[in-house]
Amino acid sequence: MSEPPVSRGFRGRGRAGQSVRVPPGQHLVTDFPVLSAGPTPEPDLASWSFALEDGDSPIGEWSWAQFGALPQTDITVDIHCVTTWSKLDTRWRGVSIDTLLEAAGLSEPPGPFVLVHCEGGYTTNVPSEDLVDRKGMIATHFGGEPLHPEHGGPARLLVPHLYFWKSAKWVRKIQFLDSEQPGFWEELGYHIYGDPWREQRYAGD
Amino acid sequence: MGLQQNDMLPLDGNAAGGLLRELFALDLTNAEITCGGCGASAPIGAIRVYGGTMGAVLRCAHCDTAVLRIAHTPAGLFLDMHGARRLFVAMPP
Amino acid sequence: MPATEAVPASDPTPPPRLRWMTAEVREVIDETPRVRSLVLHLPEWPGHKAGQHVDVRLTADDGYQAQRSYSIASPPRAGMVTLTVERLEDGEVSSYLAGDVRAGDKFELRGPIGGYFVWTPVLGGPLFLVAGGSGVVPLMAMLRQRIATNTNVPATLLYSSRSFDDIIYRAELDEIGGQGVTVVHTLTRTQPEGWRGLSRRIDRAMLEATGFAPSERPRIFICGPTPMVEAAARDLRDLGHAPSLIKTERFGPTGR
Repeated sequence: MSEPPVSRGFRGRGRAGQSVRVPPGQHLVTDFPVLSAGPTPEPDLASWSFALEDGDSPIGEWSWAQFGALPQTDITVDIHCVTTWSKLDTRWRGVSIDTLLEAAGLSEPPGPFVLVHCEGGYTTNVPSEDLVDRKGMIATHFGGEPLHPEHGGPARLLVPHLYFWKSAKWVRKIQFLDSEQPGFWEELGYHIYGDPWREQRYAGD
Repeated sequence: MGLQQNDMLPLDGNAAGGLLRELFALDLTNAEITCGGCGASAPIGAIRVYGGTMGAVLRCAHCDTAVLRIAHTPAGLFLDMHGARRLFVAMPP
Repeated sequence: MPATEAVPASDPTPPPRLRWMTAEVREVIDETPRVRSLVLHLPEWPGHKAGQHVDVRLTADDGYQAQRSYSIASPPRAGMVTLTVERLEDGEVSSYLAGDVRAGDKFELRGPIGGYFVWTPVLGGPLFLVAGGSGVVPLMAMLRQRIATNTNVPATLLYSSRSFDDIIYRAELDEIGGQGVTVVHTLTRTQPEGWRGLSRRIDRAMLEATGFAPSERPRIFICGPTPMVEAAARDLRDLGHAPSLIKTERFGPTGR
């Protein structure tokens, strides 16, 4: 197979090696790109609920009002999308997974793996230890404003140390499991873990 | 693999045509796909496609069931069809 | 049996496997301040049908690649393909194709792709083409095909642009009118002094006034930004056109 012709003058976006905060293969953006696997659900706070499950057993459930009454956490983090954009210093407010476990009366996750369930059927998976110790939260505010529906509002999971497809939009339930179960993109060949610093974009990376 | 420049709004099965031609010998944009969720049928070219540069998620216009999901990764092409009941491609005898 | 009608059957001879070909830019035409046509020479081009598109792949000298899809603007012609590209803000590929590229440059192309959003003279008419912004590109291939084959199929193009300067192929469209071909422009944001044409977004009333009656069973092709395409398709169905005669192609957003 011959080499593809180089297109004179085509540079593409700026890539790796720009800064210690930008993982390999990523470029910085100042806007906030939107990518969805499905249509944006219409927010309905009156019927919204968020649940924790241990297998099929419910261990906690909160209405929107109850959720808002939980201790809130503010963080500023960098986020990295597998489609190669990175955004620095993003501000979020929400309820940490640590707080939710505590509110459910648990001192630690009831299972080693998590399957995240969202409005519209989207799923993703993370190891439980990647959600605790302040590593994960259910975010309801971005940049000081309520989270916009196209960015996952009213609430999305936020796990910023992994590629952003793991920060599932329109989250409704976190289910703890004994074995790892791949989510929507993971079933289609994306990496089961997704560490941007090791460039784990696809299975086998 | 870029299906579109901006990931904001869904495109349609026409944009997934090249991806599908990587796998199938015939053009499938004119194939009629039947949704496994609600039984509605439509040509693939007419169906909304989500997923932007991550992959193609074709969703039924009536019930939003993902009838086809495609991702082209460095290892190869993944196609999930469990949301579709049937595909029909017109061919002369 | 599925209830589709007049569906062009797939060619029983499987087409050759889609593979990347090298295209060389022969000519660059500035259509509008943001839009440019590239006339490409590809000796291996197998031919195409109006409405089909190609995938374009660019390779930087460090091996980085980017790929996008573009509709073919030219009617079928051996060894030659014309693409029309709109330069999008922050567009990695479009800023190159509608910006830096010049005659002699090369990039990869594969196609033609598509069998749904396609018009060939054998499909007949009347032909109603509804375009939003750069969605006019595949419809222009259809219109150019209609004129080149000199059939007497009545054809109308309803074309929505932001302003007069944004009308792609403006001079050519000015000359096309007559002999059963009608071009109707609507300018949605600004209009030049003395403009007596339409000046609002495409809506149901405009589609009814400019298009053909459902009883004439026009072949309808709609191309443009997703919201415009979906609204127009719905309006045309509501007006009584058979859904199977309405073909849609959604483009990425053009100039928000």
